[in-house]
Amino acid sequence: MSYMKLTGAQIVVECLKKEGVKVIFGIPGGAIMPLYDILYSETSIKHILTKHEQGAAHAADGYARATGNVGVCIATSGPGATNLVTGLANAYLDSIPLVVFTGQVSTNLIGTDAFQEVDINGITLPITKNNYVVREVRDLARIIQEAFYIARTGRPGPVLIDLPKDIQLAQTEFKYPEKVSLNGYKPTFSGHIQQIKIAAQEINKAKKPVIYAGGGVISSNASSELRDLAFQANIPVTTTLMGLGTFPETHSLSLGMLGMHGTAYANYAISAADLIIALGVRFDDRVTGKLSKFGSQAKIIHIDIDPAEIGKNVLVDIPIVGDLKKVLKKINEMIEKKENTEWLEIIKDWKRKYPLKYENNQELKPQYIIEEVYKISEGKAVIVTDVGQHQMWAAQYYQYTIPRTFISSGGLGTMGYGFPAAIGAKLGCPEKRVICISGDGSFQMNQQEIATAVNNNLAITVIIMNNGYLGMVRQWQELFFNKRYSSTTLTGNPDFVKLIEAYGGTGIRVNKKQELSPALEKALSLNKFVLIDCIIPGEENVFPMVSPGSPLDQMIGVD
Amino acid sequence: MMRHTIAVLVKDHPGVLARVAGLFTRRGFNIESLAVGHTEENNISRMTIVVEGDERALEQITKQLNKLIDVIRVRDIFPSNSVERELALIKVNTNSLANRSEIIQMVDIFRAKIIDVNSQMMTIETTGTEDKVNALIELLKPFGLKEVVRTGKIALFRGSKSVSTFKKQEE
Ligand SMILES: Cc1ncc(C[n+]2csc(CCOP(=O)(O)OP(=O)(O)O)c2C)c(N)n1
Ligand SMILES: [Mg+2]
Repeated sequence: MSYMKLTGAQIVVECLKKEGVKVIFGIPGGAIMPLYDILYSETSIKHILTKHEQGAAHAADGYARATGNVGVCIATSGPGATNLVTGLANAYLDSIPLVVFTGQVSTNLIGTDAFQEVDINGITLPITKNNYVVREVRDLARIIQEAFYIARTGRPGPVLIDLPKDIQLAQTEFKYPEKVSLNGYKPTFSGHIQQIKIAAQEINKAKKPVIYAGGGVISSNASSELRDLAFQANIPVTTTLMGLGTFPETHSLSLGMLGMHGTAYANYAISAADLIIALGVRFDDRVTGKLSKFGSQAKIIHIDIDPAEIGKNVLVDIPIVGDLKKVLKKINEMIEKKENTEWLEIIKDWKRKYPLKYENNQELKPQYIIEEVYKISEGKAVIVTDVGQHQMWAAQYYQYTIPRTFISSGGLGTMGYGFPAAIGAKLGCPEKRVICISGDGSFQMNQQEIATAVNNNLAITVIIMNNGYLGMVRQWQELFFNKRYSSTTLTGNPDFVKLIEAYGGTGIRVNKKQELSPALEKALSLNKFVLIDCIIPGEENVFPMVSPGSPLDQMIGVD
Repeated sequence: MMRHTIAVLVKDHPGVLARVAGLFTRRGFNIESLAVGHTEENNISRMTIVVEGDERALEQITKQLNKLIDVIRVRDIFPSNSVERELALIKVNTNSLANRSEIIQMVDIFRAKIIDVNSQMMTIETTGTEDKVNALIELLKPFGLKEVVRTGKIALFRGSKSVSTFKKQEE
C-alpha cells in the first residue's frame, strides 16, 4: 500500500484533524511560516490570532479546561516560543492538557545561535510533561500522536513539539499510526483492589469522614462518582480551588473551599475529621496550612493517578494509584448507607456560627458583586478568574455546582491568566455564558487581548474589580508588613471604559451599588463583548485567612 | 542520610541526560557519580547514578524519574544483592627509584595495572569496588598524585535478577 506524500506542515494539519482539533491559537513568524501557509487554506480548523503568545497559551488552556479537550497553540521560534513559557508552566502546575507547537530554525542551523534560535526544549524541560524536537520528518506523525496521547492521559499536562523550518517543508509519506506504543509510559488506571477494599472498610467505619476533592476529579470526569459516594454515606465534601464545581455547593453536604481562604467550617471539619478521603489532590501548602497539623486526627485515603503525588507532602495511610472515576465506582459498590447524624450536626453548628460573611453596607462590595453575578447567571455561567483578592472572592461567594464552570490559575497563580483563558473558554463553549472576574492589576497583564475578543465577536463579560491596588499583596502588607504599601498602589491605571471603547468594544462603569445589577443585565443582554469596571473599596480584605505556616483551624477574620 | 545506587534504563536519544540530571538538581540532590552507556537492547541506555538522600526523598525522586516518558525502568540497587565496579586511572609522580618500586608493589597487591610510564610518572589502571579504588588512591597520595579520573560506579544485581525484567510500575 502506498501513502500520499505530504510536507511536514501538511502533516501537522492532518494530524490535528485526526485528533479532532477545531480551534487553535497563535501568532506566526519566520520559523513557523510553512505551517501557517497550510493553515491559510484549511477550513476545518479555526485559527485565533492572539496579540501575545502568552495570550495564545492561556487561551488554549482555558479552552482545554472548559471543554475537557486538548488545547492547541502555535508560536514562532525565539521570542514567540519564550513568550509561551508562563502559559506552559501554568498548564503544567494545574495538569492541563495542551499540545504546543513552536517553530525552530532549520536543523542545519540548530546550535549556531541563528536568528531567533532558542533552545525552547531545554527551557521548558521542567514545565512540560514531555517535549520533542522533530529531527526527521518521518517521525512527525508519530510524535504528534504521542504528544496528544501523553497530554490527555494519566495525569494530564502540556507537551511541546519544536518544529524546525526545514522539517515543515520536507516531504514524506503520511501515515497516522494505528495506536501509540510507548514502553516508558503506562499510567495505572484500575487501582489496587485490596487497597480499594481497605478504603471502603475505613469509609464504612468512620465517624467523622470528610472528602477533600481537587482538580483530579475534574480531569477524570469523576464528579458524579464523587457525588454518589458523598450522598450514599452522607460524607461532607470540601474542595480545593481547582475542585470547585465537582460537588454542588448548594447541597447541605458541601463545605465549600478549604485552605488559606477556605470557609471556617471546611477548615474546622478537616482538622477534626477522623478520616480524610483525598481525591485528585496534592496537599498543596495553600490548602494544608501547617503540614504537621494537617489531618493529625485522621486516617488519610489518597487516590490519585500520579504515583509521585502519593506520600509527597503528607504520609497517607491508604494510598491508591488509579483513575478516580474507575476507583470510585468500585469503592461505591462497597459503601454502606450511613447517616452520620452526629458529625453532620457538629458541622451544621459550625456553619451556623461561622458563615462566610462581609459587611454588606451601602458600598459596592466585591463580595456583593459576586453574589449578584451568581444570581443573574443562575449559577450556570463559566466563571474565569485572574489572580488576587478578586479570585478568592469569586471562589467564595459564587456557588459552583457544575464541573468546568470555575476556571482559575491555581498552582502557578498567574496574573494575566483570566482574560485570555476566558477567550479560550468562550471559543470552546460558545453556547455558555462566560464571565471573567479580573483585577485592575491582573487585567493589565494581558489586556491586549481585548482586540482578540472584539475582533472575534466573543460575547464575554469582563468584570474588573477595580480597587486601585495589587490588592492581595496589599492585604499581606497590611497584615504582615505594618501597612507599608510598597509598590502596590496602582496610580497609573487607565480609564478601562475608554480603553475598551478604543478597541470598539462596550464599557460600563459602576461606581455605586445600585448601578450594578442594571449594568450586569445590560452586559448579558447585549450578547457581545462588554467590560464592566467596578470601582470597589480599596482596602477590603479576603477573610477568613490562615496565615502562612499556621494550622488550618487558626483563622483570621473568624469570630 | 544513605547513599543509593540507582539504575535507570532510558531511551537513547538527545536530551535524555539533561532530563534526568535536571530532575536531580531541581529536587536538591547532589549526584555523586553518573555513568551512562549502551545496553544489551537497541536504543536503550543505562545510567547508574549514585546519590545521597533519605528514604523519602529517594522515593520521590524515583517516582519523578518514572514519570519521565523517556525513562523505561528505575531500580534502587542495594549493595547486599549486587556486584559493583568502578574504574579509575591514576597518574602518580615517580621521581625516585625507590618510589618506583614501592608503587609497583602496591599495584601488584591491588591487582592494578601500569598502563603508561615515563621518567617522571606512571599511569595506573584499577577496577574494583569504590572502597578498593579509594584505598589505592589513598596509598598513592604520599607520592604525589598528578591526575585522577574515575568512571563512577556501575552495578548489576547478583544472579539471574536483572533490571530489564522489572516492569516500570504496577500495570
Ligand atoms: C504574574 C504575577 N506577578 C505577580 C504576582 C504576585 N501577585 C499576586 S496577587 C497580586 C495582585 C493582584 O492585583 P489585582 O489583579 O488588582 O487583584 P486584587 O488582588 O487587587 O483583587 C500580585 C501582584 C502574581 N501572582 N503573578
Ligand atoms: Mg486590584
